[in-house]
Amino acid sequence: MSRRRVVVTGVGVLASCGIGRRDYFDGLLSEPVKGLRVVADFDPSPHFKNPKEQRRHDRFAQFALACATEALEQAGDLNPDPDRTGVWIGTGVGGLMTVETYVITHFVRGPKRVSPFLIPMMMPNAAAAAVSMRFGFQGPCEATSTACAAGTQSIGNAAELIRSGRCDVMLAGGSEASNSPTGMQGFTNMTALSSVGVSRPFDRDRDGFLHAEGSGVLVLEELQRARDRGAAPLAEIAGYASTADAYHLTAPSPGGTGAMACMKRAIADAGLSPADIVHINAHGTSTPLNDSVEAEAIYKIFGSPGPAVTSTKGVTGHALGAAGAIEAAAVVLSIERGEIPPTAGYENPDPEMAPIQVVAPEAVDWEPGPSLSNSFGFGGHNATLVITPFNGE
Amino acid sequence: MANDNFERIRNCIVRVLSVEEDKVTSDASFSDDLDADSLDLVELVMEIEEEFGVSVEEEELENITTVGAVVDMIKTKLG
Repeated sequence: MSRRRVVVTGVGVLASCGIGRRDYFDGLLSEPVKGLRVVADFDPSPHFKNPKEQRRHDRFAQFALACATEALEQAGDLNPDPDRTGVWIGTGVGGLMTVETYVITHFVRGPKRVSPFLIPMMMPNAAAAAVSMRFGFQGPCEATSTACAAGTQSIGNAAELIRSGRCDVMLAGGSEASNSPTGMQGFTNMTALSSVGVSRPFDRDRDGFLHAEGSGVLVLEELQRARDRGAAPLAEIAGYASTADAYHLTAPSPGGTGAMACMKRAIADAGLSPADIVHINAHGTSTPLNDSVEAEAIYKIFGSPGPAVTSTKGVTGHALGAAGAIEAAAVVLSIERGEIPPTAGYENPDPEMAPIQVVAPEAVDWEPGPSLSNSFGFGGHNATLVITPFNGE
Repeated sequence: MANDNFERIRNCIVRVLSVEEDKVTSDASFSDDLDADSLDLVELVMEIEEEFGVSVEEEELENITTVGAVVDMIKTKLG
């Protein structure tokens, strides 16, 4: 019996460059906004029946509800069996802003002023739980929290649940809204953030990432089921792999060995070979170390020129646990729109970096083909999705 | 003065529980009429403590099932 296949039938996404898949992708093709990558125009109120309900969801859960709603609308008449429909929405740090708010409240106004909703708002599974409750999905409801790999791993884990036969439909992605002053300072003090406030992945002068908000949720569906109800698959999740560097808390393993192992496994999982891969949406954070090691790993697997590599973080900044989700959405939309967005901020090749084919300064038209979406997280977590156009076969 | 307390409490309830003002009557039940569970009540009591500058102990919450009970409690506390 052939393996159950997983297709994408809905996309919901928001980032600083746009709310909703159309504006988001248009934003990826535009000049990035200056400064912090916050989702300034997000209005949560349409997603809640009253201010009480809204107040009790941290912003990262509000984002996820908005994205799940958009994705489900696109998926159309799913008519899901609640027991066979699940949710897997990851996050890097969950409700960090809520934590910070009530730490301050605790010490300034006293312990009795700490909200009884602190815990259910801050917990990393709050976004997944909110989506499951909102839509009545009673299958597995989980949250992967593996720093910046969380979004990709959540989609991969969700796809596995469909492949295994446990679920037919999954809402999968990641959400992050963690621009808390203390959290940001932690990143600043570890010198991970750009000191000049510019995201320029793979560029010679890159000096760190831009902290960002964002959220992405995909509707994943078993292929035959999608066909039977007449849905048009947007893309296929053809392969997935997760590995660990087992090397260092924040630095990638030298030579990109962990990233290489992950990409190779994902490609094999899809039944493909490296020569089949035509595009990579890279992790490409704009930190000196990530980008050089990721480029090395890509070069060692694919050679030169290799696949067209873009890092949409030049526009979006780095949305941590949402990054993999908004980037998987970018790949699906690149397939749909027939163009690969450029790596904003990339101007000067780094002579010290392995020669990979970076898409810049303009978007490129392409014949959509098998693509990778990479994410790597503090802790040494590596994750790669193989996303392919759905060709009807 | 008692009437004034009721209005201030009603404002707190409207704000915290997101309910219509006309639903907040003296004999309105928090669970049956105002869709409030135990965590809602904890949050509401925080708001009322701030509003009146009083302190409400956890045990006291057990006796509060209606809006009128809150008005009585505040009246007692304010002497």
